Amino acid sequence: MRLITTIHKVLLTALMGLIGVLLLFPIVITFTNSLMTEQELNINYGEIGKLTAATSTDADTFVNLKWLPDQVSLSQYGELLVHSPNYLLLFWNSVGYVVPIIIGQMVVAALAAYAFAKLNFFSRDSLFLLYLLTMLMPFQVTLVPNYIMADKLGLLNSSGAVILPGVFAAFGVFMLRQFMLHIPYAYIEAAKIDGASHFKIFLTVILPMVKPGLAALVILLFVDYWNMVEQPLIFINDPFKLPLSVFLSRLSGEWGTIFAASMLYMSPMVLLFLYAETFFIEGVQLSGIKG
Amino acid sequence: MKKWFFLCAPRGWARWLRRDTAVAWMFLAPSVVGFAVFYLIPFAMGVMYSFMSSSSGGRIADLSNYRELLSSYSFRKAAYNTFYFSVVSVPLMLALSLGLALLLNRQIYFRKWLRTSYVLPLVVPVASVIIIWQMIFDWNGALNYVFSWFGIDRLDWMKTNAARNVVIAVYLWKNVGYNVILFLAGLQQIPKDYYETAQLEGAGRLRQFFGITLVYLTTTTFFVVIMSIINSFKVFRETYLLAGDYPHDSIYMLQHYMNNMFVSLDIQKLTAAAVLMVCGILTVVLGMFGLERRYRQFME
Repeated sequence: MRLITTIHKVLLTALMGLIGVLLLFPIVITFTNSLMTEQELNINYGEIGKLTAATSTDADTFVNLKWLPDQVSLSQYGELLVHSPNYLLLFWNSVGYVVPIIIGQMVVAALAAYAFAKLNFFSRDSLFLLYLLTMLMPFQVTLVPNYIMADKLGLLNSSGAVILPGVFAAFGVFMLRQFMLHIPYAYIEAAKIDGASHFKIFLTVILPMVKPGLAALVILLFVDYWNMVEQPLIFINDPFKLPLSVFLSRLSGEWGTIFAASMLYMSPMVLLFLYAETFFIEGVQLSGIKG
Repeated sequence: MKKWFFLCAPRGWARWLRRDTAVAWMFLAPSVVGFAVFYLIPFAMGVMYSFMSSSSGGRIADLSNYRELLSSYSFRKAAYNTFYFSVVSVPLMLALSLGLALLLNRQIYFRKWLRTSYVLPLVVPVASVIIIWQMIFDWNGALNYVFSWFGIDRLDWMKTNAARNVVIAVYLWKNVGYNVILFLAGLQQIPKDYYETAQLEGAGRLRQFFGITLVYLTTTTFFVVIMSIINSFKVFRETYLLAGDYPHDSIYMLQHYMNNMFVSLDIQKLTAAAVLMVCGILTVVLGMFGLERRYRQFME
């Protein structure tokens, strides 16, 4: 009986592991291919995009997607970092967009979430519904008026046009409210009896209790805005102000540089995630429990 | 102070509520101001534009923009594609992530590692893996290579109706992990003794699944559906980076349409399309809320 359960367990693990490998496949391939030399990449991927050969069905025209490089080399990274200073500049641009958005949205959203979760005020629920609705909307819905608004505020072609809407997005409010709803009202009541003001309660009682929520929010916002493509494309004309995401999607030709750039671009996200994974998962799970 | 006493409601709680209101607005102020400037007012302006005929400052409010929009072939195509994508991909996502969560919740080795590998795609930036998708789905790509082993003819994935499946696959790849951890949390909340009792009373596995698991996952499922809908609109990024402004007909989404209207400065059509899309989303979400409420009442 025990043997059977063990076998069962092993088989199930193997199946799930296979799915996991499948999911990780694109990430691993990017990593290993970033260590190949340019020549090797050209031999392997030279066939990409050659559609003119559509009539021929020769077996050898396929791409040769390879797990492991024949020769490990860091030359692509060297090439990227030393010979194209553009790349680092754009990387910093990305940082310059994402960090203010995350910090700003955390502060603004935490304050608002406290009001939505723990205070009674007129029209609270209808206001919250409005927040929820904008959260569901794709960016394109308010494209024109947003553009006009940015123009009127003199934000066009400056990073503010991208950062400010990010700071005031509804997602953080939604997420943190979800967390604060879990906090029993008794804590606030007790602090009140001790004579604490709402602001003090917020700082010393509520904020420490929603730490996993804040961690989850940081990662989710990072994911979302590190990725952003549409907003900078619309609001920023100056190519030297664009974030790396837009630049990467326009790169073509040199395979090695693309792989190395992709790798460097995803590594901060992946490292942050692995570092804060437990927090993140706890955060996401708590947010889903009370719908 | 005495003069205003009658304004304060007779009972204590009402006065308390009133004090709360002032405090609440102080907490809300930064958020509400920014929210109004960058979201609410732009949206209201958009609705207004959608009713104004032709850009030359005409103030005549009518439905001509909508009529024009609805008769436009590319809009109908985009709307159909967006609708189709959500209708197919969201249930698929639900089934897949629930299935994986159920399996992960069983006796298994390396559970934490597996979970990590499922969630990792979520944090990988779109632009970083676009190149891999190109390699897989190209005419000469890896997928066609695998197909050739089995003697299946090549498919031009990005330039036929198969592009739809590519987008669905990319969407599932990216978001499945997020939903799996949501479902895992839901599953861990169900008390184990429910299953024991059910087993004692002779309920089969299937009956347990429908009678206990699914019932207790209702709120989680609701949340997953909402998040999946939001994320299904975000796939536009992948589509855009993979196939550009004018992808194959089958994956031409409403967002493509709106982007292109923006480029060609057709503000009327853009805002009208946006309003219609919002109405669509609103209907779905309100429907979901209603369904959930009814379901809850039914359960109690």
